[in-house]
Amino acid sequence: MSTEKKHNTEEVRLMKGNEAIAHAAIRCGCDGYFGYPITPQSEIMETLMDLEPWNTTGMVVLQAESETASINMVYGAAGCGKKAMTSSSSPGVSLMQEGISYMVGAELPCVIVNVMRGGPGLGTIQPSQADYFQTVKGGGHGDYKLITLAPASVQEMADFMVKSFDLAFKYRTPVMILADGIIGQMMEKVVLPPFTPRWTEEEIREQTPWATLGKTPDRKPNVINSLRLEAADMEKLNLVLQSRYREIEQKEVLFEEFECADADYIIVAFGITARICQKTVELARQKGIKAGLIRPITLYPFPTAQIKEYADKVKGMISVEMSAGQMIEDVRLAVNGKVPVEFYGRMGGIVPSPEEVLEALENKLIG
Amino acid sequence: MNIADIINPANLVMEKTKVMNDTPMHYCPGCSHGVVHKLIGEIIEEMDIQDKTIGIAPVGCAVFAYQYLDIDWQQAAHGRAPALATAVKRLLPDRYVFTYQGDGDLAAIGTAETIHAANRGENITIIFINNGIYGMTGGQMAPTTLQGMKSSTSPTGRDIPRNGFPLNITNLLAQLEGTCYVTRQSVHTVASVRKCKKAIQKGFENSMLNKGTSVIEIVSTCSSGWKMTPADSNDWMVENMFPAYPMGDLKNI
Ligand SMILES: Cc1ncc(C[n+]2csc(CCOP(=O)(O)OP(=O)(O)O)c2C)c(N)n1
Ligand code: SF4
Ligand SMILES: [Mg+2]
Repeated sequence: MSTEKKHNTEEVRLMKGNEAIAHAAIRCGCDGYFGYPITPQSEIMETLMDLEPWNTTGMVVLQAESETASINMVYGAAGCGKKAMTSSSSPGVSLMQEGISYMVGAELPCVIVNVMRGGPGLGTIQPSQADYFQTVKGGGHGDYKLITLAPASVQEMADFMVKSFDLAFKYRTPVMILADGIIGQMMEKVVLPPFTPRWTEEEIREQTPWATLGKTPDRKPNVINSLRLEAADMEKLNLVLQSRYREIEQKEVLFEEFECADADYIIVAFGITARICQKTVELARQKGIKAGLIRPITLYPFPTAQIKEYADKVKGMISVEMSAGQMIEDVRLAVNGKVPVEFYGRMGGIVPSPEEVLEALENKLIG
Repeated sequence: MNIADIINPANLVMEKTKVMNDTPMHYCPGCSHGVVHKLIGEIIEEMDIQDKTIGIAPVGCAVFAYQYLDIDWQQAAHGRAPALATAVKRLLPDRYVFTYQGDGDLAAIGTAETIHAANRGENITIIFINNGIYGMTGGQMAPTTLQGMKSSTSPTGRDIPRNGFPLNITNLLAQLEGTCYVTRQSVHTVASVRKCKKAIQKGFENSMLNKGTSVIEIVSTCSSGWKMTPADSNDWMVENMFPAYPMGDLKNI
């Protein structure tokens, strides 16, 4: 296949979410992808291997021996100021937690894509949202937060790839794209981002003066490091991270509302579940129930203030998730007891239908 | 005569390499780590590659290597240095990229990363300090601890049925198609230091020749972990470590 054909300039394409990630990564100037195969996201590396970006943009694509190695390769690349990424699904992301914590400690930017599947353990290859806690509440050791973007369409898979690198470098932090097996596997129309060239070494020196490109006589050695033996120094690093998190919470919240203006009841859902719940809202409104939907797009930072505002206006909320109920804790913190917050979810890879969500809303909130 | 008369430029016969800074080292007296650091610094200065070298430090006693050599460093999680080095070298192919790892780092927790980086033939230099013990954490048994050798987690000596065999990982690495140069050295005598320096330099040079991975094992002492004086440690190493980990090149292509 000719390079021209592979890097089709035709902007509207039909593809899987996983494929959109791969295309968008190349287009946004990603320098390196390091990954290990796991369903339901193997198409990301397969697409990259098929597109052979090393022949066009010079992007490095490497199949590692494990997710542990992948995330540490990402660490090495990011330490050189490179735009590096990995992708995996739940069990693999568990293996990466050590590396993610180290990257946070070393203040390194990167993008991690988790196309979630059902757990715990080897679990199932069916879609799930049960890694919310792992992603949003820490995952690895130490006090940290991961900026987390939850796409609900193939288009957002592509768009968030670009946005994630921007956020990662802006705040010198790993960013997680938390998708699920449906978003990864389903095919939709997508407009791919325009081609942005990879940074030159000159640009890297300018954008990331901390990068290890080799010590030149005009500066001190650059050291990528998360070790602080002195407690006071360790606290100082933590304070830097925490102040960055406060800034992220101020500036980077993203969410979407659907039919909330006059709503009596609000469904809170993210990712593919939000798409399902949009249908639930329509069904409810046909029955005369004034339902609305809030879709957090950033799971961290969470749209706490926005949900809190609605707590004064509605009769109740329901958090709908493909898990035993994880995001509901953040919804309840935002609502702070003002109105009832109920939960409906399916586990183990089962996807709830719009009808069963409506039934749950009626039973739990309306009675 | 006072000290200023003695330390005077006219009397200068040898200088410390400029790549090594004046930070006091935390290594115990007699420890091999310091000597190997000096050799790396000298090679970087002599090859004039300070601006082209990126070191990957381990978790282990050498975790602070970045405090002593004035080059760019990345400090890796325990055992993961070869994964970092892989990405650094792939993205910066015109740089000299080396890992510096202990036996616990390289041959226990990082076995997979080490073997796969070497098997892919990454054009990196792996410097492997084999002191047969976990120095940093206080002298526990390492994968390379000898049969019968005492450590804090094998207080009556390494017992094969209980603890398994000492892992000769360098022999294993020499068998991989991806390695081009695998050698075992030491730094306990002037002659051995000189030989070791040549070996490390060769490893650095290889990394620009697209030949694959170079592995330089340095059989080392850990007087603190071994609970011996530095002099006794050297003797004990020659008598006990060398038969299990014989000196010389295992592979050189
Ligand atoms: C994941 C993890 N497990 C355990 C440790 C504790 N630890 C620090 S150094 C070390 C052993 C180092 O031994 P070696 O690699 O032989 O280096 P040496 O100190 O002997 O030079 C261990 C187990 C750690 N830092 N990280
Ligand atoms: S504990 Fe052993 S390896 Fe560590 S500095 Fe002391 S002698 Fe060297
Ligand atoms: Mg050791």
